[in-house]
Amino acid sequence: MSVLVGKDTKLCVQGITGKSGAFHARGCMEYGTQVVAGVTPARGGETFEEKVPIFDTVGEAREKTGCNATMIFVPPEFAADAILEAADANVELIICITEGIPVMDMMRVQEILKSSPSRLIGPNCPGIITPGQCKIGIMPGYIHKPGHIGVVSRSGTLTYEAVWQLTCRGKGQSTCIGIGGDPIIGTTTLDAVKLFAEDPDTHGIILIGEIGGSTEEEAAEWIKAHCDKPVAGFIAGATAPPGRRMGHAGAIISGGKGTAAAKKEALRAAGIAIAETPSSIADTLLTLMK
Amino acid sequence: MNIHEYQAKELLARFGAQTPRGSVARTPAEAERVARELGTNQLVVKSQIHAGGRGKGTFTNGFKGGVQLCKTAGQARDLAAKMIGQTLVTHQTGPEGRVVNQVLVAESVEIVKEFYFAVLMDRASGAPVIVASREGGMDIEEVAAKSPEKIIREAVDPAFGLQPYQTRKLARELGFASTQMRAACKLFASLYRCFSELDCSMVEINPLVLTKGGEVLALDAKFSFDDNALFRHPEIVALRDSAEEDPREVEAAKYHLSYIGLDGNIGCMVNGAGLAMATMDIIKHHGGEPANFLDVGGGATEEQVTAAFEILLSDPKVKAILVNIFGGIMQCDIIAKGIINAAKALKLYIPLVVRLEGTNVEEGRRLLAESGLPITSASDLDDAAKQIVALAPKE
Repeated sequence: MSVLVGKDTKLCVQGITGKSGAFHARGCMEYGTQVVAGVTPARGGETFEEKVPIFDTVGEAREKTGCNATMIFVPPEFAADAILEAADANVELIICITEGIPVMDMMRVQEILKSSPSRLIGPNCPGIITPGQCKIGIMPGYIHKPGHIGVVSRSGTLTYEAVWQLTCRGKGQSTCIGIGGDPIIGTTTLDAVKLFAEDPDTHGIILIGEIGGSTEEEAAEWIKAHCDKPVAGFIAGATAPPGRRMGHAGAIISGGKGTAAAKKEALRAAGIAIAETPSSIADTLLTLMK
Repeated sequence: MNIHEYQAKELLARFGAQTPRGSVARTPAEAERVARELGTNQLVVKSQIHAGGRGKGTFTNGFKGGVQLCKTAGQARDLAAKMIGQTLVTHQTGPEGRVVNQVLVAESVEIVKEFYFAVLMDRASGAPVIVASREGGMDIEEVAAKSPEKIIREAVDPAFGLQPYQTRKLARELGFASTQMRAACKLFASLYRCFSELDCSMVEINPLVLTKGGEVLALDAKFSFDDNALFRHPEIVALRDSAEEDPREVEAAKYHLSYIGLDGNIGCMVNGAGLAMATMDIIKHHGGEPANFLDVGGGATEEQVTAAFEILLSDPKVKAILVNIFGGIMQCDIIAKGIINAAKALKLYIPLVVRLEGTNVEEGRRLLAESGLPITSASDLDDAAKQIVALAPKE
């Protein structure tokens, strides 16, 4: 068991002929993910790595291969359109890795996705992985291990840090979801937490947040009322100066809102154990689960 | 990125948003000419720097006040001569101040009432929102905290934009009289178009004013642009004034590195924004002070890593360096090569702690060990932070 992706996931890669699209499509295939289709406009009819058919549109890819997930590696100026194309083709799960999509574009995408059954993860995210079954994204596969901890995070390498701590302590992960570092994203911390709460195979949850926005606070409120699984949290950016964008477009304290201190307080109030340093994330959860 | 007041005024004018008449001057003679063309005896000369508190600031030559009122073109010229080329210190510039390279010469309007008006991107709803108040010219956060009932919020539909009826509703709620409504609505609509078409994350007008003559004007404007959208706004990028920015940040931007200067003495180089923030946090947790935020990104090249390391080494504030890499896409051997290049080129004379994990970690560690450089290696992040704090001089 796991959430959103597993053995039955059939993946399409939008932008499969680009440099990073090709590199990471190969990485996913090597991990064992079923990559069934690629999409690059005007390259339909070619094959990737001599086995994956390339199509001009996502609609054709969906029709011919039955792909139920897509990973987007399209440059930022065309990425919003790529997300909408995938939603129009009714692909159930859309994972957008692209960093740097204009906020106005994402605002319009979000509005259209409200009336679509497709789920978006990202953009500006490392992707999603169910260890041992399916890897969709840019994370290094070998640091993961199948198990029962669900991980949701706004940051890529900080997630690797937490996952590696778990794996080194012999604890595996059910699914790890990188929701992305942008101000407007598809799946939120709360959405991911709900999925983990309902998944019988997830026994504990790690929630990694950072300054800016209020997605962690929303999740905390829900956890307090509805989730009895152990949850540990870490919030990055306690030392970040206000008003500055800390690498991620969404990591900014504006008007005194979205500080690490306020988020930690909200999490604590919901009974979530806070890791004081990034090196104690796994131990904080494992202590709770003893 | 930030822009100057005179540039903001020019952007607003392009969208038909009215501001007090005036323009920029780079010499005293130009200031005199602008003042003469305005044809009024109510003038204001304003120093142009990217920092607030100009009016209360002091020049290093002793002249007080970066914003001055005057009556004649000759006086405007004399004031400009005292400001241009001089260094202005305000509560936001730090003691080193900023050099004033140009002034804005404008008509000083007679204000009847001041308002606050902003268009911003609301993250929670994923849509723009208008925030307005009758309490203009004040710190809006303070108004929101003390008397939240004085803040008006009007949500904007992301697909359709600000509707005319919403501008009328706002004008009424802000207390504009029927005779002033048309001017107010026109300004609100222009400000929204400006926000939307220039891919702003915020356009803040504080104050927006009603003048004695019945005009509704944007008196001061603050823009925040969406960095992700700058590729489609070369006209905005052209407004960048690198003289106003931290030189370390300007250098980092050349190599597409995400860098933010801070006040501590421990330089850090990390891959990934979240991990970079967490690294600063753990340094602080163990009693040290980070000198910067630096994310070399997921797929940095050897050249970028070298540049990043050089920026840290050439910063006089930096007395120790911590490198924390969790290689996913980023390969540890590339990081190692970049560090070795830079350390050899610039002579490594301060403590360096390196923590490497992830892809090609063995190769990276071997390269560093064989380089003969005085590098302390750390077993994990906690160990790395403790070691660097112990090695860095106490401030």
